[in-house]
Amino acid sequence: MARTAKQKTSSKKAQPPLGNKERPPEPKRYKASKEELLDFYKQMLLIRRFEERAGQLYGLGLIGGFCHLYIGQEAVAVGLQSAMTVGKDSVITGYRDHGHMLAYGIDPKVIMAELTGREAGISRGKGGSMHMFSVEHGFYGGHGIVGAQVSLGTGLAFKHKYADDGGVNLAYFGDGAANQGQVYESFNMAELWNLPIIYAIENNHYAMGTSVERSASEPDFYKRGESFQIPGIQVDGMDVLAVRGAAEVALEWTRSGKGPIILELKTYRYRGHSMSDPAKYRTREEVDSYKKEKDPIERIKAELEKAGVAEEELKATDKEIKDIMVEAAKFAEETPEPDPSELYTDVLVEEY
Amino acid sequence: MAVMNMIQALNDAHKVAMRADEDIVVFGEDAGYFGGVFRVTEGLQKEFGKERAFDTPISENGIVATAVGMAAYGLKPVIEIQFADYIYPGYDQIVSEVAKMRYRTAGEWTMPMVIRSPYGGGIYGGQTHSQSPESLFTHIAGLKTVIPSTPYDAKGLLLAAIEDPDPVLFFEPKRIYNGPFSGHHDQPVVPWSKRAEAEVPEGHYTVPIGKANVVREGEALTVLAYGTMVHVARAAMEEADVDAEIIDLRTLVPLDIETIEKSVRKTGRCLIVHEAPRTSGFGAELSALVTERCFYHLEAPVERVTGWDTPYPHSYEWTYFPGPARIKTALKKVMAD
Ligand SMILES: Cc1ncc(C[n+]2csc(CCOP(=O)(O)OP(=O)(O)O)c2C)c(N)n1
Ligand SMILES: [Mg+2]
Repeated sequence: MARTAKQKTSSKKAQPPLGNKERPPEPKRYKASKEELLDFYKQMLLIRRFEERAGQLYGLGLIGGFCHLYIGQEAVAVGLQSAMTVGKDSVITGYRDHGHMLAYGIDPKVIMAELTGREAGISRGKGGSMHMFSVEHGFYGGHGIVGAQVSLGTGLAFKHKYADDGGVNLAYFGDGAANQGQVYESFNMAELWNLPIIYAIENNHYAMGTSVERSASEPDFYKRGESFQIPGIQVDGMDVLAVRGAAEVALEWTRSGKGPIILELKTYRYRGHSMSDPAKYRTREEVDSYKKEKDPIERIKAELEKAGVAEEELKATDKEIKDIMVEAAKFAEETPEPDPSELYTDVLVEEY
Repeated sequence: MAVMNMIQALNDAHKVAMRADEDIVVFGEDAGYFGGVFRVTEGLQKEFGKERAFDTPISENGIVATAVGMAAYGLKPVIEIQFADYIYPGYDQIVSEVAKMRYRTAGEWTMPMVIRSPYGGGIYGGQTHSQSPESLFTHIAGLKTVIPSTPYDAKGLLLAAIEDPDPVLFFEPKRIYNGPFSGHHDQPVVPWSKRAEAEVPEGHYTVPIGKANVVREGEALTVLAYGTMVHVARAAMEEADVDAEIIDLRTLVPLDIETIEKSVRKTGRCLIVHEAPRTSGFGAELSALVTERCFYHLEAPVERVTGWDTPYPHSYEWTYFPGPARIKTALKKVMAD
């Protein structure tokens, strides 16, 4: 499924030239051990159940405002982040951030408590669903302004290079965000300065109610770096093993000092753009086709079956995750709101 | 007359204007096929086609910038920036190009365009979906800034803005799209249909830009507000049972200072209410003007109730929001001695 920009695609006759620059190799589907398969399953299920629970809490009025669920896209975060090193690499993303945080091993309790705006939330209740951070994990947000994270991530990558710390930045953004001008300013800088950054474009085919066809002159997002000499790879984002395979190639590329790389992850969000979106701009059949034929969790289950993992083992995992979610929701509901004085902290160094 | 909420009134204004003038084009993120996230541009693509009502990529800078070219060459773009919080990528274009084009070209090029954008809080939007950035625009010479507070005004002002030869920032208080807001978030929203201001004439009419509206006459003090806060302030005054004169500014630039001056000279007291942060907020300008022009008529210092000088919080929305409790505290101060 993965294809590099060098290959011909069916839709376009010839590829634009990419100079003499070396190209990354064609990624291979990752060969996971039984333990790894189980771990992928567990992490994806954790994200899905977390998001379902967040949706419920939203329905109950415990979460207010904007809340964007990641259901359907789990394989992307899990496949990419399982290849990264917490403490060495950094991650940045937009507002659809719960899954990215969970995939980095951040405690579901403090994420959920941020959604409900509590003191114990990971951003002390200041950020909410769209604005969450954990410097400890090298997780740099959680940003509500579409496209901003791409440039910020480029700056993070600069620091990795400057400090020569061997780290890489992973900057996630959507097919819609990919049209912001600052993305291309960042691409130019990243290649010019040879920065270690993976631009991960999560192409879920829609930016809110606007489909890629209605907004993108080049709908093959992996090609978007070509005029900057940045290579790109298109990946089946519904297959965690394909994603992990591509992550290996991208990490090898960036870690070895070859500069930025683009991964386009073809994926799909099952729910509306946010909790308030009934998603009337697409057909039921389209949504169902993904759920039935491409669901990332169903696919890993099939892999587990092939690997001879017993149903019992999965049941135990399901139960474990269920318990985690019950606990997270309870915590998010019961833990107190921040003190009102917190409104005036962290605006500047001094309190005022 | 039809009964409309603000969204319907704004939608109707688009239709009336577009039917009458082929030079009007409407575009923005999700504004075409989908009809806008708040549905203000619903049905426009169907009626006027994709040439005149269309989607843009997520590119606020590009949206404003292309509108500049269109306006300079004879079109009348009416563009939607999905939330005012997303206007900043286009801010450079607005400040450097839109606002200065008439001046720069000594009147050769004009900018007959409208930049519409929902703004304001009270919707649990947090730091990137609740801001009130009006004073970033009122500070820039060459722009007009309009903020309606009722369906009637929304339609009439939008039509006036579209017909205006100069660029207009048209900020829509999204909290009251569907019904006025008393500031008591725990009480149900009364839909617009229960209010007289929801009676909207069919077809064409305008509400003049630069003219404030005295929504309630009174003797005890003058309350200056716009957008959502007109309704919040009004409810607070009713609850406090004060004979307030409430002025809905409707247009910040050009400001109807005569109406304000006349009122403050009569009442001798002035309370200003807005959602935006205090420092350099539009209330500072109002306070300065009132003090300059009515100093000898004032019986108490001018009071401001505003958002705080912090980002818009996720928790404590109602502590930040200048709601009834804070308005009443300020009222006590302005009414003292
Ligand atoms: C600068 C800016 N413009 C517009 C928005 C409103 N907005 C939020 S998400 C979104 C769609 C983004 O789509 P995409 O990048 O494809 O990400 P997805 O939601 O599909 O994950 C839009 C238009 C915003 N938050 N910031
Ligand atoms: Mg998308």
